[in-house]
Amino acid sequence: MSDSIIKLTAAEIAAKIASGELTAVEVTEAHLARIEAVDEKVHAFLHVDREGALAQARAVDEKRERGEKLGPLAGVPLALKDIFTTEGVPTTVGSKILEGWIPPYDATVTKKLKAADVVILGKTNMDEFAMGSSTENSAYGPTGNPWDLTRIPGGSGGGSSAALAAFQAPLAIGTDTGGSIRQPAAVTGTVGVKPTYGGVSRYGMVAFSSSLDQGGPCARTVLDAALLHEVIAGHDPLDSTSIDAPVPPVVEAARNGSVEGMRVGVVKQFRGEGYQAGVMQRFEESVALLKELGAEIVELDCPSFDLALSAYYLIAPSECSSNLARFDGLRYGLRTGDDGTRSAEEVTSLTREAGFGPEVKRRIMLGTYALSSGYYDAYYGSAQKVRTLIKQDFEKAFEQVDVIVSPTTPTTAFPIGERADDPMAMYLADLCTIPTNLAGNAAMSLPCGLAPEDNLPVGLQIIAPAMKDDRLYKVGAAVEAAFVEKWGHPLLEEAPSL
Amino acid sequence: MTTTTDLVSYEDALASYDPVMGLEVHVELGTKTKMFCGCSTALGAEPNTQTCPVCLGLPGALPVVNATGVESAIKIGLALNCEIAEWCRFARKNYFYPDMPKNFQTSQYDEPIAFDGYLDVQLEDGETFRVEIERAHMEEDTGKSTHVGGATGRIHGASHSLLDYNRAGIPLIEIVTKPITGAGERAPEVAKAYVRELRELIRALGVSEARMEMGQMRCDVNLSLMPKGAEKFGTRSETKNVNSLRSVERAARFEIQRHAAVLSSGGTIVQETRHFHEDTGSTTSGRVKEEAEDYRYFPEPDLVPVAPSREWVEKLRADLPELPLVRRNRLREEWGISGTDMQAILNAGALDLIVATIDAGADAASARKWWMGELARSANESGKALDELAITPQQVARVAELVASGDLNDKLARQVIEGVLAGEGGPDEVVDKRGLKVVSDEGALTAAVDEAIAGNPGIAEKIRGGKVAAAGALVGAVMKATRGQADAARVKELILQKLGVEG
Amino acid sequence: MPGITREEVAHLARLARLELKPEELDHFAGQLDDIIGAVARVSEVADQDVPPTSHPLPLTNVMRPDEVRPSLSPEQALSGAPAQEQQRFKVPQILGEE
Ligand SMILES: [Mg+2]
Ligand SMILES: [Zn+2]
Repeated sequence: MSDSIIKLTAAEIAAKIASGELTAVEVTEAHLARIEAVDEKVHAFLHVDREGALAQARAVDEKRERGEKLGPLAGVPLALKDIFTTEGVPTTVGSKILEGWIPPYDATVTKKLKAADVVILGKTNMDEFAMGSSTENSAYGPTGNPWDLTRIPGGSGGGSSAALAAFQAPLAIGTDTGGSIRQPAAVTGTVGVKPTYGGVSRYGMVAFSSSLDQGGPCARTVLDAALLHEVIAGHDPLDSTSIDAPVPPVVEAARNGSVEGMRVGVVKQFRGEGYQAGVMQRFEESVALLKELGAEIVELDCPSFDLALSAYYLIAPSECSSNLARFDGLRYGLRTGDDGTRSAEEVTSLTREAGFGPEVKRRIMLGTYALSSGYYDAYYGSAQKVRTLIKQDFEKAFEQVDVIVSPTTPTTAFPIGERADDPMAMYLADLCTIPTNLAGNAAMSLPCGLAPEDNLPVGLQIIAPAMKDDRLYKVGAAVEAAFVEKWGHPLLEEAPSL
Repeated sequence: MTTTTDLVSYEDALASYDPVMGLEVHVELGTKTKMFCGCSTALGAEPNTQTCPVCLGLPGALPVVNATGVESAIKIGLALNCEIAEWCRFARKNYFYPDMPKNFQTSQYDEPIAFDGYLDVQLEDGETFRVEIERAHMEEDTGKSTHVGGATGRIHGASHSLLDYNRAGIPLIEIVTKPITGAGERAPEVAKAYVRELRELIRALGVSEARMEMGQMRCDVNLSLMPKGAEKFGTRSETKNVNSLRSVERAARFEIQRHAAVLSSGGTIVQETRHFHEDTGSTTSGRVKEEAEDYRYFPEPDLVPVAPSREWVEKLRADLPELPLVRRNRLREEWGISGTDMQAILNAGALDLIVATIDAGADAASARKWWMGELARSANESGKALDELAITPQQVARVAELVASGDLNDKLARQVIEGVLAGEGGPDEVVDKRGLKVVSDEGALTAAVDEAIAGNPGIAEKIRGGKVAAAGALVGAVMKATRGQADAARVKELILQKLGVEG
Repeated sequence: MPGITREEVAHLARLARLELKPEELDHFAGQLDDIIGAVARVSEVADQDVPPTSHPLPLTNVMRPDEVRPSLSPEQALSGAPAQEQQRFKVPQILGEE
């Protein structure tokens, strides 16, 4: 029974709860049992909120019994990335510096999930402060990829993607600063969407790089992602960068997948050296499929994309060096070295030294350097100019095409530890995802098969213009349907059982 | 603080050097809420009761700009004859300080909302001096720390500090002058007059009460000297948080003397921050920094640019109240007084009180007379400011009214005021309680006059003989008999009438 | 352009309030040098006449009315404090200016 529950999609679960075929408590218990059974191996969760989840589930069941109308995801369990504040529930951002911190307030996303009667199972593992592409930078140990537990589940949102792939939850929330939703989705065979910047409120989402960060939905199907997208998106007066416009019709698009007559762009700069052969093979097949489904393929040249990674590794560290200054051991979180003789200044320096991991320190140092006097123009200032050029390249591209496609990440999941001491190699994982963050437009990753050489999932990235998030779902749903028909089943069914 | 500083006399300093000043004034706006969150700014709240995730800098919290804060900044900019930016951004000023929850201050850097203006200020002798304004920008205040364990509540020797973030995030406008040159020996006076004029202007705009003693307005005095005739500015010192008009003047004066002493003995001025001490009137060096500050400013990514529409700016310009200098000139003309008289009124802090007294029904001359006479004396004796006296403009106006109607004479009126100040009640109440009405009963007056004539036959004879001036003695006798409550002019009239002499 | 020295790393660490260990200074000097070396290409566009982009979307004038909203209770505000006293955050002595 419970095994069949955890394999259901979010849309199916919601329908069964609404019809009374399943109760929210049954569904929640099934997922909690699954977490209990496999999370020792996967380590997707940093905190499981069993009591809170069951209380929320009971409330949904009571609501149904009273005959109240239930929302489209009422009673559906969800795994929340530990970067969103949750009132009364620990929030660590994967860092020692916030170990034991219990926020006194809910993030807007948390509030919206609760208001939609979504059941929050707990908080998922992540690279510390979302800095990384493998979840190895978590202060609380790495997460395993359910396809192969010795490999990374992507990052920074590896806990969320692993929870989906391990059937611990049908829905999850991630955040994407340089690819942290899409790259984990790609390497775990799941679906992840980075909405248009400003589409989902950042209030209560612990900031890494404010001008790049964007929360978004993670799921096992395109429709589930759309349903979740609709719940968490929308204008928030508490976030000045939030878009004050209606949410694009993503659910409608997901229910009406089609690429008939669409112009689909393929960018010259998203291939070449560093791309795994099997990844390129699956990508080329995807392009062929799109053509088959009625799309017109257009070759695009976006020269400034070659500078995207460099611009990103100046802008994100610069903003993070400032955003993370507040972790000083004085008002919340870790305090180290306060022996009664040391000054506040010394205690702050000792606390930050002890509380931050090496990648976080590396980026704080890098950002401090890029912003410091004498270097600002050459580094931060130039990076902002590159950003303009990338936006312009996208604008030109979207005059010719409706969406752009690319591999989500150049390789499949790499072994845990392989790139741990080589930051530059690690940074390459986000080669194809970063331009979108710099420009602020929307993108999705969905599975497009297994790489023949290692039998690991490959992600197809779809990129849409800003505010046209619905196009991702329209194309994504068509591609998903065609692949599932071709494979005879969803890709995740090929994953080894845990 | 124990080290003594060598000074040269002020006159000698000015004989050899020209002072260059830069004044940076921070004004706390009187908005209901903080600059970037909805927490109240009300004074006197219990510690940490006016804080939220935003102003505590909790992880995940984001700022949203207070529209009234922006509006106030534009009003200040317009009143300072500034240009208002068509597009500007906030910037983060990055430095660690425990008072500042995010460890960066949300401020403005190279794109201030207002820039390139001026403010005309009037010196004590009525002369006008134009102070050029570099910029006015928006930022936020810090929290308040209390140092525990040190002997004097100072940082030194404290075992630990306690932080209250109620003030963290309160809107500030920082107003920066261009270098003020050419003031010569009047530089300290210009500094004081500028800060006073700015304070009046801020109050007139209604954007802040600008009470310096409450920290709602703080001034940093940057000062350098250059040898007479030189064109290149010297190294400056930055005296921080000078919190009264008098201190602004004293700090500038002290720094001129100190710089001159250092320079004329062949020394060099260190660029440093300094602290002004009210008790001694001197400044001392701030902590020597190991390395220059590097604030790593960059555009605040959590806030979008501010682009005030020209329609909005023009509407605010049209709605600006009458500015202090214009108002003073208008009142001076209306009242027909000299510049010196007006300056005395300003120096006494009596202008608004006089205007309020006139608004309450008094004529201008008597409103001025009472505030600048009796009340100024009383304030002086008790060491209070005029507006701290226990009398309202309405009460002063009532006293003036009683005098005008003949119910009181000046002498009685002074007693009434004394009673009001002593807390005996309003003017009418004091009149009643003390029985201070002018005796206007003709019968009683005539009887008193008759009695005085009868009791002083010699004087009466002199008056009859034409020595009208002698009537004063008889008036005095009548006044004495009526305990001062008679109208002296009427008494004199009656005496002359009785004795058959034309007045 | 790069060539980040150990002293520069120490200076950055002071600005960033990180009490780095001696071995970290060397380690970061090498790594920052590598990374900066790799990303320095952005300065190729430094003299191009392109406006910088600080915000991905062209929003302006997002403001809120000056209306008081509920604050946290002082208990909530202080709930994460490593130390507190008299309803205030208790911190080690501040090395300020005086
Ligand atoms: Mg300032
Ligand atoms: Zn607040």
